[in-house]
Amino acid sequence: MWQWFHKLGSPKWFYGIANRLMPWLLAGGLIVLLAGLVWGLAFAPKDYLQGNSYRIIFIHVPAAFLAQSIYIMMAVAAVVTLVWRMKLADVFVKAIAPVGLVLTFLSLFTGAVWGKPTWGTWWVWDARLTSMLILLFLYGGAIALDRAINDEKSAARAVAVLVLVGVVNIPIIKYSVDWWNTLHQPATFKLTEKPSMPMEMWVPLLLSVLGLYLLFGWLACLRMKTEILLREQRTRWVRELVLAGRK
Amino acid sequence: MHPIRKKRLTILAFLVAGIALAVGLTTYALRQNINLFYDPTEISAGNAPVDVRIRAGGMVEEGSVIRDTESLKVNFRVTDYAASVPVQYVGILPDLFAEGQGVVAMGRLNEEGLFVADQVLAKHDENYMPPEVADALEKSSKGLNKANAEKAAESAAY
Repeated sequence: MWQWFHKLGSPKWFYGIANRLMPWLLAGGLIVLLAGLVWGLAFAPKDYLQGNSYRIIFIHVPAAFLAQSIYIMMAVAAVVTLVWRMKLADVFVKAIAPVGLVLTFLSLFTGAVWGKPTWGTWWVWDARLTSMLILLFLYGGAIALDRAINDEKSAARAVAVLVLVGVVNIPIIKYSVDWWNTLHQPATFKLTEKPSMPMEMWVPLLLSVLGLYLLFGWLACLRMKTEILLREQRTRWVRELVLAGRK
Repeated sequence: MHPIRKKRLTILAFLVAGIALAVGLTTYALRQNINLFYDPTEISAGNAPVDVRIRAGGMVEEGSVIRDTESLKVNFRVTDYAASVPVQYVGILPDLFAEGQGVVAMGRLNEEGLFVADQVLAKHDENYMPPEVADALEKSSKGLNKANAEKAAESAAY
C-alpha cells in the first residue's frame, strides 16, 4: 500500500515526472492567468463604490490565496520530512519557501496600495494584516534557518519543525476577519459558498487564482529539479544525464 | 506503518495540538487587544475607557452627518444598529466615507460621551458590484432597502 508513496520519494523518478509535467503547467498557467488578468483588469465591470481601484483584487487575492496554500503544502511536506525522512519532501520545502515569501510580500504590498485610497491608510495593525505579516516572517525564518545550518539533514529537520509550528498561523489568518473586529473586510472570494461579487467579477478572479496555481506548479518543479541535481550530483543517474547532454 | 514512524507522527500531532492550544488560549485572553475597534454597543455600555486613545467602528448612521460650513468639522453618529455613538472629526474624510458605510475612527471618548476623532478610516465591506447593479438596487422598492439595512446590521454585528 505504501509502495507508491515511497516511490514518490525517489528524486530520479520525480525528475522524470517533473520533466513531463512542466510544459503543460507552464502553458496552462500562462494561458489561464493571462485570460483571468486581462478579463479582470480590462473588461470586468467596475465597482459601484471604489471604481477602478478595486481591480487590484485580481492580483491581491491570488497572491494571498497562494501564499497561504503554499504554507500548508510546506507543512504537509514538513510532516513527511519528520516522519518518513523523505529527501524529496525537504527539497520541496526548500524550493517553494522563497516563492511563498514573494507572494506574501506581493499580497501585503498590493493590499497597502489599495488600502491608501480605500481605507485612508497604508497600514493598520489589525488581526488580518498582522497575521499576514507574521506569515511573511515565517517564510523568511524558514529560509534563513535553512541557510544557517550547514548539515543538510539537520537543516531539513529544523526547518520542518519551524514550518510545522507556524502552521497555527494559517487558521488565524483565515478566520481573523470573523473572530475579531478588523479593518480588513471578510472574504469576498469564496469557493464553498456564494461569493459576494457578481459572476463577471468572480470568474476572472477564479481564473487568476487557478492560473497562478498552475504557474506555481511549474516553478516548483523547476526549482525542485535544480535542487535535486545539486544534491544528487554524485549519483550515477545525474552523471549519465549530464554526460548524455540531455536536459 | 512502521512503529517508529507511527511514534514520530504521534509526537508531531501532540506538538501541533499543544501549540495550537497555547496560541488559541493566548489569543482568546488577548481578544480585546486584538480587536481593532470598539463597537457602539460596547461604548454606550461603558466598556470603553474614557480619555484614552481608542478606535470606534461601525456604520455611519443615515442622515446623521452634519458638516460645518465654516471649517472641516464634521459631526456624525456611528451605529451598529443596536446603539450609536456621536463622533466629531476635523479633517479630510476618505473617499469612501458616506452615510450607511462602515468607518473606523481613532480618537478619545470624552466625559460627555462624544467621541473626538483625529483619524477616520473607511471600512470597506466584502460586497462588490457593478455600478448598474447598485443603481438598480437603489431604485427598487423600499422593502429591499430595509432588507439591505438588515443585512448591513448583520455584518456590522461581526
